[in-house]
Amino acid sequence: MISVENLTKYYGIKKAVDNITFSVKKGEILGFLGPNAAGKTTTMRIITCYLSASSGTVRVAGYDIFENPIEVKKRIGYMPENPPLYTDMTVSSYLKFVGGIKGLSGKKLNERVNEVMKVAAVEDVKNRVTGKLSKGYRQRVGLAQAIIHNPEILILDEPTAGLDPKQIIETRELIKSLAGQHTIVVSTHILPEVSMTCDRVLIINEGKIVAEDTIEDLTKKIRGSETILMEINGPKNEIKEKLEKIEGVAEVKVQDTKDGGLHKYHIESKPSFNIRKELAKTVVNSDWGLEEMRTISLSLEDIFLKLTTKEEEVQN
Amino acid sequence: MKNIYSIFIRELKSYFISPIAYVILTVFLLLSGYFFYTVLSWFLQYSIQMQANPYGQPPPVNVNLMMMRPLFLNMAIIAVFMIPMITMRLIAEEKKTGTLELLMTSPITPMQWILGKYLSGFILYASMITLSFIPIFLLFLFGNPEFWPVISGYIGLLFLGGAFLSLGLIVSSLTENQIIAATVSFFLFLLLWVIDWIADSLSYTMGSVIKYLSIVSHFDDFAKGIIDTSNIVFFLSFIIFGIFLTYRSIDSIRWRI
Repeated sequence: MISVENLTKYYGIKKAVDNITFSVKKGEILGFLGPNAAGKTTTMRIITCYLSASSGTVRVAGYDIFENPIEVKKRIGYMPENPPLYTDMTVSSYLKFVGGIKGLSGKKLNERVNEVMKVAAVEDVKNRVTGKLSKGYRQRVGLAQAIIHNPEILILDEPTAGLDPKQIIETRELIKSLAGQHTIVVSTHILPEVSMTCDRVLIINEGKIVAEDTIEDLTKKIRGSETILMEINGPKNEIKEKLEKIEGVAEVKVQDTKDGGLHKYHIESKPSFNIRKELAKTVVNSDWGLEEMRTISLSLEDIFLKLTTKEEEVQN
Repeated sequence: MKNIYSIFIRELKSYFISPIAYVILTVFLLLSGYFFYTVLSWFLQYSIQMQANPYGQPPPVNVNLMMMRPLFLNMAIIAVFMIPMITMRLIAEEKKTGTLELLMTSPITPMQWILGKYLSGFILYASMITLSFIPIFLLFLFGNPEFWPVISGYIGLLFLGGAFLSLGLIVSSLTENQIIAATVSFFLFLLLWVIDWIADSLSYTMGSVIKYLSIVSHFDDFAKGIIDTSNIVFFLSFIIFGIFLTYRSIDSIRWRI
């Protein structure tokens, strides 16, 4: 549905997007993840024909964005990070206007306006001026605006930014409910969001794609080594020493708890070692009190941090 | 065509929903009414003086030349002040609030929405000068000015305003700050108004180019009641060139940022 090839964008001498290539299949929800200023918005703006690329090609539904921008724009519903609202218009007249410039008219236009107001749950404010709406409603009107012409592709730039938790959940549900009929690209810097809504994730940092995969595969890939958390009652230094001697243990970190004798140990294994059995054996044989033992699974957050901080580590 | 219309209606509504249109219309009406009154009282004084002329038959007084022409020039000066207020928001505001992103990613061409915006500004301006016809209508009731020169003056005002609007539109497309847009437009309008003042101190060729650029001399013919095609060509090409440059400036946004 969308194919991006070797896309590069310079702002002056700064490279905002650096030679990225990816594609989105029909009906898929792609999460676009990255820290602020990673190039997410720039990439989206290029796909939606708002900005031009410095080099590279983008094709949307088979149309080149440089040769056939109008055809591309007809097929894309775009919600910028700040909903593009005319603050002096009421919600319904605003949606009618947007529908009009997106090619709807007459009865069809009125029908669609009512439909999207229902879908985006903004019916109760339809006669209010958009400038007076709360952030949550604005965001939803922004979303309603993006889907009004029933586009094949939806591009949503941080749709949940600035919302309260309840609204975030509602917005995510809304995005999920739109899946299937639409191909969706969502950008965000909030990690759980991606795992909750997206089929596939694309992590972008400093203009480059650092990872692209389904969420499960991504977790597996990163997790060469594992971290085990143990809570042990006993002499701190001795325990640490003994645990470090076990084959396959890479590092042991000790953390004090409120209870004097009890300490938390974060034990990281070397890649592809199973150290659990040995750990348990050592503790039991030494007659220390084992209170808890579990593996810490890598959250998307850790993956993200690992991937996006790699470069700095190399430089150090 | 439908797209131009959608934009046009939205812009026009936005003028008339907000106080902008009413403030502009009121101010223009007050000022043009004031000028009408001063020109009228000067004219009356003059005609009384002429009647009391001790040297026989007075020269004929002409309402159109002696009253309407200065009145039209005055209205044109008010237009110089008011048009920046009309054009400053047209594109700058869209840039500031981010709605430009909506326009640029919608399946309409920049030319379509630029024309829609231009037309809405033009209609506001046209309704503004139409209102100034009220005092002139009274003049028709109680005096006997010639009708067609008045129409010619209004056509001139429309052309003049059209040209200023297109220039204001370019300026508005270059900034996202409305104050800057208004100030720069006002500067350019005034410059075009007085540019021929230096014409005499320049070489002949340079001087005639400058004189041709002066918008007043083209307008003055209309105010006198002369509709000259060369003036129409001047104004039309000015308007088309202005809209074209606006289009270019908008088109380049994609490449500049």
